[in-house]
Amino acid sequence: MFFGWRVQAPDQKAGFEFPKMLKDQHVIGVLALQGAFEAHRGVFRRLGVSSVLVRTANELEAVDALLLPGGESSAMLRLMEPQELFVRIRKRIDSGLPVLATCAGVILLAKKVTPHQQSLGALDVDIERNAYGRQVFSSVEALHFSPQYQGDNAGEAVFIRAPRVTRVGEGVETLAWRGDDPVLLRSPGILAATFHPELGKGTVIHELFLREIERQGR
Amino acid sequence: MQNHDKKFQIKVGLAEMLKGGVIMDVTTADQAKIAEDAGAAAVMALERVPADIRVQGGVARMAALEKIQEIQETVQIPVMAKCRIGHIAEARMLQALEVDFVDESEVLTPADDENHVNKHGFDVPFVCGCRNLGEALRRIGEGAAMIRTKGEAGSGDIVEGVRHMRAVQRGIRTLGILDQHELMAYAKEIQAPYEWVCWVAEHGRLPVPNFAAGGIATPADAALVMELGAESVFVGSGIFKANDPDRRAKAIVQAVTHWQDPSKLLEISKGLGEAMSGLDSGKLTTEEMLSRRGW
Repeated sequence: MFFGWRVQAPDQKAGFEFPKMLKDQHVIGVLALQGAFEAHRGVFRRLGVSSVLVRTANELEAVDALLLPGGESSAMLRLMEPQELFVRIRKRIDSGLPVLATCAGVILLAKKVTPHQQSLGALDVDIERNAYGRQVFSSVEALHFSPQYQGDNAGEAVFIRAPRVTRVGEGVETLAWRGDDPVLLRSPGILAATFHPELGKGTVIHELFLREIERQGR
Repeated sequence: MQNHDKKFQIKVGLAEMLKGGVIMDVTTADQAKIAEDAGAAAVMALERVPADIRVQGGVARMAALEKIQEIQETVQIPVMAKCRIGHIAEARMLQALEVDFVDESEVLTPADDENHVNKHGFDVPFVCGCRNLGEALRRIGEGAAMIRTKGEAGSGDIVEGVRHMRAVQRGIRTLGILDQHELMAYAKEIQAPYEWVCWVAEHGRLPVPNFAAGGIATPADAALVMELGAESVFVGSGIFKANDPDRRAKAIVQAVTHWQDPSKLLEISKGLGEAMSGLDSGKLTTEEMLSRRGW
């Protein structure tokens, strides 16, 4: 069968053990307006970490970390407006809420987006939407990593109509590249991947995020 | 990972990204812009919306290529387009045009009344309609990366959509209680590939995202199919045949995200103007029912 990559037994724990504090007290929120939010929850489940869905400003207040999933950034922006969720998310990130963003999530976080659209501006990068072309150019690619990257090898990365980071600001570290393009970035409390770690079998990017939360918590 | 697996992973990957979103039928670039601004996760380019195909009759084919291109140039969100069931050449042309998803759709006049396109050989992902689990698994067997229940397109009547979504979910639940020795007989009964029957029995869900289509005209309709297990919705005539398409589009987008929150649905559903007029699908003859096309 050809679905080995998508499915693992639910609640199967990885070998990696997180500090008790992370499991018991920290609530990880997954923005669930549109997109691959359930797939991300599945990865956290495999790591033995629970997560909650965030659709409203009230639900946002209850979380200690936030995941911005892939999907369509313009659709998510539209869904943030009526409840002023956009402003609330920006405020929380400014005051130190740790964030993991993937694909469209990185577009939401960027300083500047091409073609122009509103963004949170919390990560000092410029980004271009659908920069590798339409769906027929979506691909699975090998990455290479910087020495600063201390995670396990994330293996191959799935790019779906992916955006391209065109400028990386000072204070933003590039942890991995696809060719010359930065695809995994970190600034304090923020981890951003232009690919889809939630679509593979692996959990290493989510583990890296949990370590980042821990680091910020110290 | 083998090449074949990778290719399928990439196709299903885009379907995953469309979850919780609304895919809207559009016939012009202006409509596509309205859809994108309303928060659509993708648009479906076609020549006429299903309600007009019903009224005007004639052979319904793939949309004009210039029209699809114009829509592609106007929006950033994925652009889907429909080909006729079994029309391999239309499917190839849509792939060459770089549409993001091909809908091998019963809404168009079928080109082949026995065979659907073998979708494994394509780089572009396909979505196909179904009325029950057997039909869904036959299409997945042919390589579909997304399934949508058919409903009755262009009717504005949700009853067929509900029937089809319930049938798929009931099939999945039935597999959950069958003994492993009963699976082959069940596969024979529903005329589905045995391997996929076993997969569903093991995992308790379809192997690709399962969306709902056909007859969705109000935010409440959208919330209903989400409640029944749809992971997202396609809205055809329901938006641009209503008297305030812009507001209705926005409301349906909100309803798909907040379907579990009735007070939010109340707020969303106010002041939308009139919905499309609609047809009682119970009064349609078998020949008039688009959902009976394909098998």
